[in-house]
Amino acid sequence: MKATPLILTAFRTPEALADLYLADWDLLLRQARRGGLLSSLHALLAERGLLDKVPEQPRRHLDWSHAVFERHALAVQWEVTQIRRALEQTGIPVILLKGAAYVMSGLPTARGRIFSDIDILVPKETVNQVEAALMMQGWATTHHDAYDQHYYRTWMHELPPMQHVRRMTVLDVHHAILPETAAIHPDSAKLIKAATKLTQPGDLAVLAPADMVLHAACHLFHEGELDNGLRDLLDIDSLLRHFGATPSFWHDLTGRAAELELTRPLFYALRYAARLLQTPLPQATTAGLAGPNAALLALMDMLYTRALLPDHPSCSDHLSAIARQLLYLRANWLRMPPVLLARHLFHKAFLSPDKLRESDFEKMRANEAEGRTISRKFRK
Amino acid sequence: MNVAALPLAELECRLNQNGLWLRTGPFVSRIQTTIRSVAADISLLYADYPLEDFGAEAHAFADFHIQIAQPTNLRRWFKPQAMFLFDGASPFKPLPLDQAFPLLEWGLNWCVSAHANDLLIIHAAVIEKNGFAAILPAPPGSGKSTLCAALVQRGWRLLTDELALVRLTDGRLIPLPRPVSLKNQSIDILRDYAPAAVFSRPVSDTLKGTVAHMQPPCNSVARAQEAASAAWVIFPKYQADATTRLEPVSQSRTFMRIADNSFNYSLLGTRGFDTLTKLVGSCLCYDFTYSNLDEAVALFNSLPTDNIPK
Repeated sequence: MKATPLILTAFRTPEALADLYLADWDLLLRQARRGGLLSSLHALLAERGLLDKVPEQPRRHLDWSHAVFERHALAVQWEVTQIRRALEQTGIPVILLKGAAYVMSGLPTARGRIFSDIDILVPKETVNQVEAALMMQGWATTHHDAYDQHYYRTWMHELPPMQHVRRMTVLDVHHAILPETAAIHPDSAKLIKAATKLTQPGDLAVLAPADMVLHAACHLFHEGELDNGLRDLLDIDSLLRHFGATPSFWHDLTGRAAELELTRPLFYALRYAARLLQTPLPQATTAGLAGPNAALLALMDMLYTRALLPDHPSCSDHLSAIARQLLYLRANWLRMPPVLLARHLFHKAFLSPDKLRESDFEKMRANEAEGRTISRKFRK
Repeated sequence: MNVAALPLAELECRLNQNGLWLRTGPFVSRIQTTIRSVAADISLLYADYPLEDFGAEAHAFADFHIQIAQPTNLRRWFKPQAMFLFDGASPFKPLPLDQAFPLLEWGLNWCVSAHANDLLIIHAAVIEKNGFAAILPAPPGSGKSTLCAALVQRGWRLLTDELALVRLTDGRLIPLPRPVSLKNQSIDILRDYAPAAVFSRPVSDTLKGTVAHMQPPCNSVARAQEAASAAWVIFPKYQADATTRLEPVSQSRTFMRIADNSFNYSLLGTRGFDTLTKLVGSCLCYDFTYSNLDEAVALFNSLPTDNIPK
């Protein structure tokens, strides 16, 4: 492996950035932009009072991203208000997940964080009612292909993404945190029961602290969404530092992981947060979590320490591309039983290839626009 | 040192290797390409532009890292393409190889309009004379670039033909002089109007029809660090056989029309609103219809400056 990438140095010890030459700043900004982390870097430096030490040229890029973040934060608040209004008549408990949850519960994790979709969790038996209520207020389903509809509604843990016809914002309605077809099934009823009500606005809730961490871990280390890997690992780091200040948290976390069958994703989350971001962890917590056997662990280390970095040449070596591909395969393997997976991949490869390419292109654009997509979506 | 100081072979060599570190207005772009037609057009149209000299490698900094590359797929053998890469990532679809230079120009515009949020960015040309700048916002096809090209060939300073940059802190207009993009009939009209002007080879069948770029006046490039104050907002409209006509437009209407033509007005929130309010408040605003370039330029030259609001 190469020396520690600048982007990791920046988030571990931001004070060290005072010594950077302009050429280092140039590279750091490029790594941060690729990882969707420019505005997070701005937030971190602002919090530590270090912004004024940043040379003028890189400072301008950080300020540019901060403007995007400010707009994004406003847009998220507005969007959440609209979702609450659309669903309040139904009386169904709505839980915000991930980015929107961090913003609405005022967690430090939300600072500088830009994301493209809003995710909510509702009880499975209410999904149709929720979908109907959202449709009445202008959200429409996005995947019109019969196969895609079947894929989501039969096998997945969420409805096909819904897009608002005027604001063009995207909303994912989940009834579980893992697909129906996965081998493990964290019980959504338990998550909903333990959820924390928000004081503002009204009847919305977020997952309890331990569940919030477990969901983030599950997303990154079970579902394998590595497009914004480092950003998502930073979420975990920030949640652990924040909630970890409460002594009972660590005990709750491991107990809850066992209860929800999420010990393994938690093991990886703690391991790589500590390795890449030096997240402080109590000895008792790490010692009490069972990991995979030594050979598998060595392989996982080799894969994750590469795939969690921004996909930029300066953060990559000759194994980075294959690491990403293998983890993508692993995520699909965990998502569905082999026969179903084969059937799904066959369909995507031969029966709807054009759509797949189109969606890949869109995804790439969305990543490259560095969160700007949501701002554009929110413009109208 | 300017681009003109580099022999073409040396320019190509830089573009192939570490890149050309080119300053345009408030931005430094590092451009890399192995496509020779792009090198030739850069040498022609960017001759007067300064190259950044950082002294040591450790001090090198570029705002935008850009590459115009050829995709290495099978298609390169029968239908070669050029793609725009922003630090290795591709925000747009590739275009035919013939359009490589216009693609660089569009890509450079995108770099600015998608990032530079310390400025209110308006889709407009800006020209200046005697310290008074005119903003010409307009949708494509209104003859904005044609009028702008004609004015800068008759002594007006070019600040931009595409992206008006309004500084949020003081409302001043920041120059971003770059080659002026001309389309279809405008290319021949300008060639007749200014026989001494330098143009790139016209490229046909682009999304915008046939496109050629005109070299900006040397003096405008040299004054690229000199901000200007807006005095007029003029919405140009080319209309065949129309008489030259200047009609006042209310400031409120002007505000809405500029907001509609801005890339980041809504992203900037209240700062965008305040900046645009101040900008429009300090300008005289007009609709301008023209068909004859000589008459249009004469009218611009005779615009009074004693009635500009402060």
